[in-house]
Formats: sequence, structure tokens, C-alpha cells
Amino acid sequence: MTLSAKHLLGIRDLTKEDISLFLQTAGQFKEVLQRPVKKVPSLRDVTIVNLFFENSTRTRISFELAEKRLSADTINFTAQASSVSKGETLLDTVNNILSMKVDMVIMRHSASGAPHFLAKHIPAAIVNAGDGINEHPTQALLDAFSIKEKTGRIEGAKIAIIGDIMHSRVAQSNIYLLKKMGAEVTVCGPPTLIPKYISEALGVRVNYDLKETLEWCDVANVLRIQLERQNQVLFSSLREYNLSYGISKKILDSLHKEIVIMHPGPINRGVELDSDVADSKQSIILQQVENGVAVRMAVLYLLAGRTPDNN
Amino acid sequence: MKSILSEQQLAITIRRLAHQILETHIDLENTVLIGLQPRGIFLSDQIVAEIKKEFPSARVQYGKLDITFYRDDIRRELHVANQTDIPFSIEGKKVVLIDDVLYTGRTIRAALDALLDFGRPEKVELCVLIDRRFSRQFPIQPDYVGKSIDSIISQKVKVYWKKKDGREEVAILD
Repeated sequence: MTLSAKHLLGIRDLTKEDISLFLQTAGQFKEVLQRPVKKVPSLRDVTIVNLFFENSTRTRISFELAEKRLSADTINFTAQASSVSKGETLLDTVNNILSMKVDMVIMRHSASGAPHFLAKHIPAAIVNAGDGINEHPTQALLDAFSIKEKTGRIEGAKIAIIGDIMHSRVAQSNIYLLKKMGAEVTVCGPPTLIPKYISEALGVRVNYDLKETLEWCDVANVLRIQLERQNQVLFSSLREYNLSYGISKKILDSLHKEIVIMHPGPINRGVELDSDVADSKQSIILQQVENGVAVRMAVLYLLAGRTPDNN
Repeated sequence: MKSILSEQQLAITIRRLAHQILETHIDLENTVLIGLQPRGIFLSDQIVAEIKKEFPSARVQYGKLDITFYRDDIRRELHVANQTDIPFSIEGKKVVLIDDVLYTGRTIRAALDALLDFGRPEKVELCVLIDRRFSRQFPIQPDYVGKSIDSIISQKVKVYWKKKDGREEVAILD
């Protein structure tokens, strides 16, 4: 079994078999993380640079932990404290780092397509840790892993993605992945935050009614309202958003079944998700974070098998 | 293809290996058995079954270990990992590693590294069904051997298991 891709730029480029291999390998790494020594020597000959041109807590720490658990050498780079602020171009920055013998690049960037651009110009393996409003593939993989772990399946599962679909790379990657793996997907949110032709383009259902959507789904993946990416007013106030699309204990209790609540973080408590829901038993938000390390270990392990020296 | 052990011989050999392990580990309290993924576990499953047949009331501590992440050829090709399941501590225990074929010794080298990440065992022994003599690349020798054979590099030794391959036999493939 092999991966069809040399990089992980997006879920869109992966086959169903690739996704299964990532998820299966993540399961083995999850076991590694339960051992007394939570570390394997697999990547001790690999150097990885974490290039974060955009703020991140979970993803950056998760990648860094995954790299350390695999015994890789790591370098951290944040745009704010670098020569990028002196006007160096992306390609120059990366080529300078690669000339110091780096094998893999983990990159987050606010411009959609930035990792794809890099992949065309440099020989190292690239993992997209989120690019603009395009994709966030490792988040989709860890969401899928968490859904499978919690409910036992992805194929045939009913997943609702709720909130700011328009600006969400998490939504896009999740939709690609879930559709490839045979799940049913409904997106829900205010019409202004849902792209117009999404159902034709990505094969998902659209429902603007929160209650109906929750009643339909097994798992609700609730997204963050991304005020930093909205340059016009798309809903009147956060309070109004919370009243129509926020997940409250009351609405969950009114359903005829118990659904699983997910959120990629960081949560705007009291906006898309009420505090008592985020901290309830139905929520698997912290399990998602825990699984993130195992999933990223799987991604790094499988891609490092194809570092440029060997291919 | 040359047959080395028939189904009947294989069953007798496995029974003998189980008894030999019992001879030195009569008190199973302090001993753990660990089969190596992916193909060593078919042998270890049967050895454990034989031990349980002999001592039905004994508590046999039995785990499965995958060594993929510890391989020394990890970058040559993509290796897909299998399940590791060691639901007990090996700290201070006597460990019997079980695998089907001992050849270069590289798998066992990796297994020793992997094992030490679960604790510090008092002693580690090695039980193999087939020992391909004079082909070791590491100083590793088995403590329990089903059958020793002489073979050349171009040959392959294959153990067929009913659960996996539909029949039980050991054969040399040219």
C-alpha cells in the first residue's frame, strides 16, 4: 500500500485509500501515545520546519508534539518574529530555510493556495496546516478519526456542519473527506455564510433551519464565526447569530436523540456554542485535540517515507 | 517449492515449543508472552492456546507487538503499521518474544527497542518456529527453535497459517 500524494496540500487531492491509510495509521499512533515512553524513533533522520504565517495554538502545538513524538528535529518559525516583516518573499524565506537541509515543511498561511505554490517550487514534502479559506486537511482527518472512534463509522454517517461555511477551510476539507468516505453531509447556517452553489459543487445538502438539521444528524461539527475573515457585515450581531444558530443546551434537550458535538477550536463561547454544551458529555472537543497528535504523526510518518532523497 | 514442515509436523512442533517455554517458566506469574506482528502472532496464538490447554487455570499474560515504527529500513519503502496490544506492564517481567521466522535478526533488533519503551523487563527470550541458520546480520540467537534450516539468500521461507492462508505448512520457495 502506498500514498498517491507526495504532499498533503488538501483532502481534494487524496484518494479514498489514502484517507483510509492515514486514519488506520493514526490508530496505531494513538496506541503509541498510551505507552510509558510515548515516542518512536521513526523520523530521527528527518528535520521539519513549522512555518506559521498566521496565528495558531492547537495546530502548531499539535504538529510540534507529533514531530517530537516521532523523534524528528524541529524548527519553529513565526512570521511576526522573522525577516518576512523586512519584506522577504515567501519563496526566498523557504529556500533559505531549505538550504539548511530541511526535509519537510509544515505551513499555515492566510493566502489560499500558498502551500500549492511552494510545492511547485521546492523539493521538500509540504503539509498544509491551513491556507486562507481553502483547506485544513489535518483537521478534517482528525475530525474523521474522532467521528469514527466515537460512532464507529464514517460511511453512511450523517454529519452536519454548522456555522460560517463561507470562510471555513475546516468545512471545505471536512466536506471533501466525508463525501469521499461515503458520509452524508448537510451544511447549516445563515444564507449569507453559505456559498450559493455549494450543493451543486460539493454534493452536500443545505438547510437553513438549525433545529431540523440537528434532528437529522448523528454528529454536529460546529464552526467558529471567523470575524477576522469577514470584511463586510454578514449578520447583524453576534447576539442575533447566537439566538438563531448558536447551539444551546435547550435545543439539544429538545431533540429526540443524543447527537455528538464537535468544534475545531478556538470556541467563541456564547456565540456558536454555549458553554454548558461545550463542556457537556456530548461534546468530544478535547478528544479531537488529543486525536490531532496521533493523526499528525500518521501524516508525517507516511509522507516522510517519501522524502526527496529517496524518490 | 520444497515443504519443510507438514501440517501435522507443524502442530507437533508448536506443542513442543509450548512445553519448552513451560519447562523454564513453570511459574507463569512473572512471565509474559509477546507475539510479533504481523505473522508471528499466528504462532503465538497457538502457543498460548497450548499453554492454556496444559494449565487451564493459569493466567497467561499475552500481548502483540508491532515493530514498524522501529525498523531500520523505514525510509526505503512505505511500511504500513499493525496493531500493538500490550495491556499490562512488562516492568521486571520475563518476556518471551515469539516470531515465525528468524533470518537477519533485524526484526528482533527493532522488537527489543520497541519492547523497552514499555518498561524494563528482567529478561527477554526469543522463540521462533524457523531459524534460518548462518544468515544473521546482528548478534541475535533464539532460545527456543521449532526447526533450524540452511537456506541461501535467494530463497524465501514461508509459513502458511490456516487463519490467514487457508492451510498450515512451512515451505522454502526458490
